[in-house]
Amino acid sequence: MGHEPIRSLELRGITKRFPGILACDRIDLSVGEHSVRALVGENGAGKTTLMNILMGLYQPDEGRILINGSEVRFRSPNDAFDHGIGMVHQHFMLVQNLTVAENVALGMKSAHRPLWLDLKSVRSRIIEVSERHELPVNPDALVWQLSVGEQQRVELVKTLCLGARFLILDEPTSALTPQETDELIALLQKMSRELSIVFISHKLHEVKALSDTVSILRRGRIVFEGRTEDHSPADLAALMTGHEVELPRVESGGSAPAADGRGLLSIRELRVSGDLGNLALDGVSLDVAPGEIVGLAGVSGNGQRELAEALNGLRPVVSGSIALNGAELAGRSASAAIGQGMGYIPEDRNTEGIVPSFSVRENLVLKDVGGGAWSRGGFLRLGRIAANAAELRDRFDIRCPSTDTAAGSLSGGNIQKVILARELARGPKALVAVYPTRGLDMGAEEFIHKQLLARRSEGVAILLISEELEEIMNLSDRIAVIYKGRILRIVPGRDATKRSLGLLMAGVVDE
Amino acid sequence: MNRPGRLAYNAAVVVAAAAAAMGIGAIVLAAVGADIMKAYAVILTEPLKDLIGVTEIVVRAIPLSLIALGIAVAFRSGILNIGAEGQMMMGILASSATAIALGSLPKPVLVPLAILAGAAGGAAWGGLAGLLKARLEVNEILSTVMLNYIAAQFYTFLLRGPMMDPEELVMGSGTPQTLRMPRSAWLDRLIPGTRLHTGVFIVLALAVVVFVLLWRTPVGFRMRAAGAEAKAARYAGIKVQRYLVVAMLLSGAFAGTAGAVEILGVHRRAIEGVSGGYGFTGIVVALFGGLHPAGIIPASLFFGLLLLGADMTQRLADVPANMVLVLQGAIILAIVSARQFMNNPYAQDRLARRLAKLFGRPERYRAGPDCPDPSDSPDPCLADERPDDGASGEASR
Repeated sequence: MGHEPIRSLELRGITKRFPGILACDRIDLSVGEHSVRALVGENGAGKTTLMNILMGLYQPDEGRILINGSEVRFRSPNDAFDHGIGMVHQHFMLVQNLTVAENVALGMKSAHRPLWLDLKSVRSRIIEVSERHELPVNPDALVWQLSVGEQQRVELVKTLCLGARFLILDEPTSALTPQETDELIALLQKMSRELSIVFISHKLHEVKALSDTVSILRRGRIVFEGRTEDHSPADLAALMTGHEVELPRVESGGSAPAADGRGLLSIRELRVSGDLGNLALDGVSLDVAPGEIVGLAGVSGNGQRELAEALNGLRPVVSGSIALNGAELAGRSASAAIGQGMGYIPEDRNTEGIVPSFSVRENLVLKDVGGGAWSRGGFLRLGRIAANAAELRDRFDIRCPSTDTAAGSLSGGNIQKVILARELARGPKALVAVYPTRGLDMGAEEFIHKQLLARRSEGVAILLISEELEEIMNLSDRIAVIYKGRILRIVPGRDATKRSLGLLMAGVVDE
Repeated sequence: MNRPGRLAYNAAVVVAAAAAAMGIGAIVLAAVGADIMKAYAVILTEPLKDLIGVTEIVVRAIPLSLIALGIAVAFRSGILNIGAEGQMMMGILASSATAIALGSLPKPVLVPLAILAGAAGGAAWGGLAGLLKARLEVNEILSTVMLNYIAAQFYTFLLRGPMMDPEELVMGSGTPQTLRMPRSAWLDRLIPGTRLHTGVFIVLALAVVVFVLLWRTPVGFRMRAAGAEAKAARYAGIKVQRYLVVAMLLSGAFAGTAGAVEILGVHRRAIEGVSGGYGFTGIVVALFGGLHPAGIIPASLFFGLLLLGADMTQRLADVPANMVLVLQGAIILAIVSARQFMNNPYAQDRLARRLAKLFGRPERYRAGPDCPDPSDSPDPCLADERPDDGASGEASR
C-alpha cells in the first residue's frame, strides 16, 4: 500500500514459455478504472498463466507491466499486493481449521506485531470491509464450517482487507450453486463501481452478465477484444474455440423406465456411511433404464460421491441393494462391479481415473490387464496393448505426442478422453459419470456430451452426476435431485427449469 | 525431449549427483586433514589394479544388487522397505539352518534348497511388515526399521546360543558363529584364488526376472499401478492391499536370497557382521540405479568399488574406511535432489532450451506433428500447485 490508486493497468507484449508450449504469446491487455474485463478462453489458452504473471507468481520471458503508465516489476505476490492487486484463485487458498479472522491475518502484515497477532484490528477491518461491500461474513467462524459460497465471500473479503483495488477472479463461480452464482454476479456488479475487476471464466452467460469488455485468448494469443454487449454468447463461443459450438441435447426427454418399474441399474433404499461416520446416503432409490440418462443434480457434498463409490464397490453399503442387470452389487468389491459391466468416470480424474505416471496405453488397459485380451500365459501382450491405444486414440481424438506419453502430462480434457475411451471401449452395461466435464472447455465438453448421448442410443444406462444444471438439463431423460443424502424429487427432463432445480438443490420443496 | 535425449539427460543427472557427492566428500576429507586427491585416487582406481580387486568388487556387488532388486520391487509398488538388513539376516539364519540340517543331501538338491530357504526367511520377515501395513495401516518405514532390530538381536542370540558351533564351546574361544557348511551346500568359486562365486549368475538371472515381472506381466503391472497411484489402482479394481503384501514378500525374499548367497558363496558359515550394512547400502544402490535392473547392476558394481576402495584408503591413504559412509550419505542427498530436478519438466525444458541455444539448434518448444494443438500439452496453469515449483513457494509465504 502507500501507492497511488490504479487508474490504468497495461500488459505489453507478455510472452511466457513452458515446456513444449508457448503459454502466452506477445499478449497486450489494458484495463481501466472501474471496469470489468472478462478474460475467456479454453483450458490451456493461457488465462491463468497471464494472471499469475500479473500477480508476480511467474516472471514473464518477455514483456512489460505498466501501472498508470510507469513500468513495474513484480517479483512475488507481495509486490503485487503492495500495488493493490489481489487475486481470488479458483481453488480457495484458505486454511480450513483456522477462523476467518485468522485466515485474513495471515496476509495482513500490519497486524503482525513483534510478539503477538493483533486479531482485534483484523476483526474490525473485516467488519468494515464486509459492511462497505455488503459481503456478510462472520470473522469468528471456522472456515471448514462454511459453505462453498461463504468461503468464496471470505476469499473476497480477505483480498479486499489486504487493500486490493484491482481484483483478479479466476473462475470464481466454478464451485457455486446457481443461486450463489447469481448472488456473486450481482455483488461483483456493485463492487465494480469502486474497483477494477478482471474476471476469468469460460461460462459465457456470466461473462455477458458481468463484464464491460471481453478479451478472448486462444493458444496463448489474444484473438479478440471488444465490448461484451455487442456480441452474443454463441459468437463468443465460436471465437473461443475457433469453430461453431453447439452442445448436443437429448432428443426424447422422458422415456419411460422398463415396464416392471425396475431399471437396468436399480438402487433400492441404499444407506451408506460417509467418511466422518455420518449417514451420507439415507435411503436412496433410483432406477436407470437401458438407453436412459438419469441426471443427478445437487450441490456437491450431498451424497453424490458416496453414491458413486457405493455403486462401484468402493464403499461399503450399510443396507439396501444395488442391482445391475439383475446381479447384486451391494457390498461387493470394485472388481465385481467392473466385472458386471459397470463403467465409471470418477470425480477426480487425476488420482482416481488414471495413474498419472503410467503411459496412455497402460492407462487404457488399467481395468482389464489380467484378461485374455491383454495378457496370455502370465505375460502382457504389449503389441495388442499398443494397437488398442492407437485405435482408441483415433476414435476418441486423444491428443498426445505418443501413446507412450505419461497420461498425467496431458491436459484435463485429454485425460478425460483417456478415461472415457477406457470405460466405453469395455462395452459397459451401465455408466456412472461424475462431473464428467468439470473444468473442461467447450470443445471437450461437446465431445464428451456427444459420446454420452451415443452410448445412450446404444442402450447403456447412464447415471450422470453433475452440478452444472445446463449439462444435466441438456442430457437427461429424467432428473433426480439429491439433498442431504436423499432423493428429493425425480422430474422428467423436459419439465425441468433452472429455477425449479435450483430451489430443489437448496432443499426447498414447494408443494 | 525424445527418448535417447531423456536417457542421456537422466544419465547426466546421475553423474552430476555422483560428482556433487564427491564434492561434499572432499570437504569432509579436507576437514580431517587428508590428501583429497590421493584418497579419491585410491578409492576409485586402486581396486581395479589387479584381478583380486576386480573380483572382490563383484563379490560385494552380488549381495548389493540382490538387495537393490528387492528394494526396487518394493519401491515401485509404493512401499519404502528399509528392512532389507533384517530380512537378510533372517535369510542367512534360515539358509544356514537348512544347509547344516540337511547336509547329507546331494549338491544339486541342497544348494537350491538352501537358497530357497533363505528367500523364505527373508520373505517371512518382509511379509510381516507388508501384512502390518495392509491390515493395520502400520507405517512400513517404522515397522521395517523396528524389525531390523529384532532380527539383529535374534541373529546374535542364535549365533551365540542354539546355533553356535559346538567346537567353539569345546575350545572355549566362544566366537559367535555357526558350524561350517557342508561342502555340498557351497556355491562354487569361478576363478581359482579369488572369492568370485556362482552367485553372480543368480544375480543376472534375477535381474531379468525382476524386469520381466515388473514390465511384462499383469501382476507387475498391477504392482506398479498400486505403487504409482494407489487410489486410481483401487478404482480400477486392483486389490491394492494384496499387492502390497506380495511386494513386501518379494522384496524380503530378495534380501533373504542375498544373505543365503553371501553365506554359501563367501563365508560358508553364518558369522556376526556378515550383512555389513549391505541392507542399507542396497537402498542407495536401488535409488542410484533408478529402481531399474539395468541401472542397478552397474550401480552395485560402483558401490562395490566404493566399499572396497574405502577399505584400501585406510591402509594406503590413512583415511578411515568410514569415509565411505559419508560418501553414501552425500550420494543419497544428491540423488534425492537430482530426482526432484529430473522430475521437474520446467527445469528440464529450461536446460534443453539453454543447451539448444548453446549448440545453435532450433528451439523446440513448438509442438511436434503428432500434437498439433499446443493447448493440449500439460496445462501450465496446473503447474502452480506443484510444490517443487519455485514460484509457488513465493505464493505460500
